[in-house]
Amino acid sequence: MTQKIATREAYGQELVRLGADNKDVVVLDADLSKSTKTHDFMKNYPDRFFNMGIAEANMMATAAGLAAVGKIPFASTFAIFATGRAFEQIRNSIAYPRLNVKIAATHAGITVGEDGGSHQSIEDIAIMRVLPGMTVFVPADAVETAAAVRAAAEIKGPVYIRLGRSGVPVIHDENFKFIPGEAVTMREGSDVALIATGIMVSAALEAAETLAAEGIEAMVLNVHTIKPLDIFAVVEAARKCGAVVTAEEHSIIGGLGSAVAETLMEHHPVPMKRIGVRDTFGESGKPAELLKHFGLTAADIVDAAKKVMAKKK
Amino acid sequence: MEQQKIASLQERAKTIRRYIISMLGEAGSGHPGGSLSAADIVTVLFFDTMKLDPKNPHWPGRDRFVLSKGHAAPVLYAALAERGFFEKDELLTLRKLGSRLQGHPDMKKLPGVEMSTGSLGQGLSAAMGMALGLRLDGGEQRVYVLLGDGEVQEGQVWEAAMAAGHFKLDNLTAFLDYNNLQIDGPVDVVMDVAPLPEKWRAFGWHVIEIDGHDIAQILAAIEEAKSTKGKPTMIIARTVKGKGVSFMENQVGWHGNAPKPEQVQQALEELA
Repeated sequence: MTQKIATREAYGQELVRLGADNKDVVVLDADLSKSTKTHDFMKNYPDRFFNMGIAEANMMATAAGLAAVGKIPFASTFAIFATGRAFEQIRNSIAYPRLNVKIAATHAGITVGEDGGSHQSIEDIAIMRVLPGMTVFVPADAVETAAAVRAAAEIKGPVYIRLGRSGVPVIHDENFKFIPGEAVTMREGSDVALIATGIMVSAALEAAETLAAEGIEAMVLNVHTIKPLDIFAVVEAARKCGAVVTAEEHSIIGGLGSAVAETLMEHHPVPMKRIGVRDTFGESGKPAELLKHFGLTAADIVDAAKKVMAKKK
Repeated sequence: MEQQKIASLQERAKTIRRYIISMLGEAGSGHPGGSLSAADIVTVLFFDTMKLDPKNPHWPGRDRFVLSKGHAAPVLYAALAERGFFEKDELLTLRKLGSRLQGHPDMKKLPGVEMSTGSLGQGLSAAMGMALGLRLDGGEQRVYVLLGDGEVQEGQVWEAAMAAGHFKLDNLTAFLDYNNLQIDGPVDVVMDVAPLPEKWRAFGWHVIEIDGHDIAQILAAIEEAKSTKGKPTMIIARTVKGKGVSFMENQVGWHGNAPKPEQVQQALEELA
């Protein structure tokens, strides 16, 4: 059994290491530090941690001010509040002036679970992707998260990092190289391309195993950077396989599936299916139950892969 | 000496007002009322209070100014040009395609603009973030922010007020341009923000009330803010919207309308 670590855990741990190496790093939270895992940063560097209380709009614009005087702020809260409640602060006070703010949003997607639809952010990738100049990272595991946090601190400008609540399998070893904007081929194949992001990468890998047992060789492309999208890798995958399935723990509207569809439509249209939440809100349940309920399992990817292959010319 | 300084600042404020009228006349759109009401405060900040180096606009040791009521951009641009951040001729490019003088301040385009503003209610948060960051580095720099009275209807302002009080940011000084007019009418009719001193005090601020067109009072309030320890200061400045131009004073219609050529002429004569 592969080890499971929540990406928010990896975020909290890497933040502490980053804080030791870079004194300009400051962290803000909105009364969720124990859940977002910024708590450890606070314990290590209390001077550089600001608990802003339950006031996300103010937190985002405060982060903008900190960036304006040379700090590298990581503003953390749940994805639904970060991107929903404070959208316009992110747009006008962070993205528009291209300030060096990192928005680390945890508890994204339906796997936040029992808290229900009000807390299940399935729109955040779309919301952040539309902002000019915003980099959008969706790490697939703990290793990728740590690397994304490092990379975010190096990037000059706004970065959104999407993290989850529940444990996810570790899919990378210590040799993994994270290059912002560069998708990772996790598995070669030429029958169908499974293009996944975040926690759906491990589901895509599992789906590829199942397909292989049936003689279908699926390529698995891990898109950890939704924006800027690795257009070259996406088009190459479509060209090579002639059929594409995207998978994301997000609405099928506006996220990875949309980004890939837009790209392929312009450069190399092929039959395509999108795995994701289909224009509905989430609901309470255990993460695994919800993934099944909303059609986000490896079996769903397998099913979609076969359907999309049948449409190949 | 003090009288001389005041007279000189009054003269400077008049110059700033003339620039505001000229640039808005040329642009054909923009916000004269709230630019004119803030002119005296902005003049004192840029020509007496703040440590700035126009030749080196990003000098780390500088004080910061955030125009939270970003629609009053003309008063900021006029002050920056007069202070030497850019040529005065450029003021006449306001709001035109390709200009660094955007309809609302854009920090990425124009040196001297410390924060992109215009969406009301966000500037105090940003100024507070600057004050937090500068204090963290042990700097002597101070942060000044100018808010509108209608603007404080935004909930985020009170989130920021709460936080600035909580963090005891005594390097942060806010001005409230209390001209009592917003787009839809008098502030107390649209959504009454009074009583303001009590509200800011309740959030842990030191509050000073002044006449926002009295240079001596503005100077004294800033000194009092500087010597106030352990809390941020809010200077509530009673002002007149459209101040200095007879036909604009206290007229709600001059919130967001540019003067026509003959009105520009008359206004400039009054401000001569």
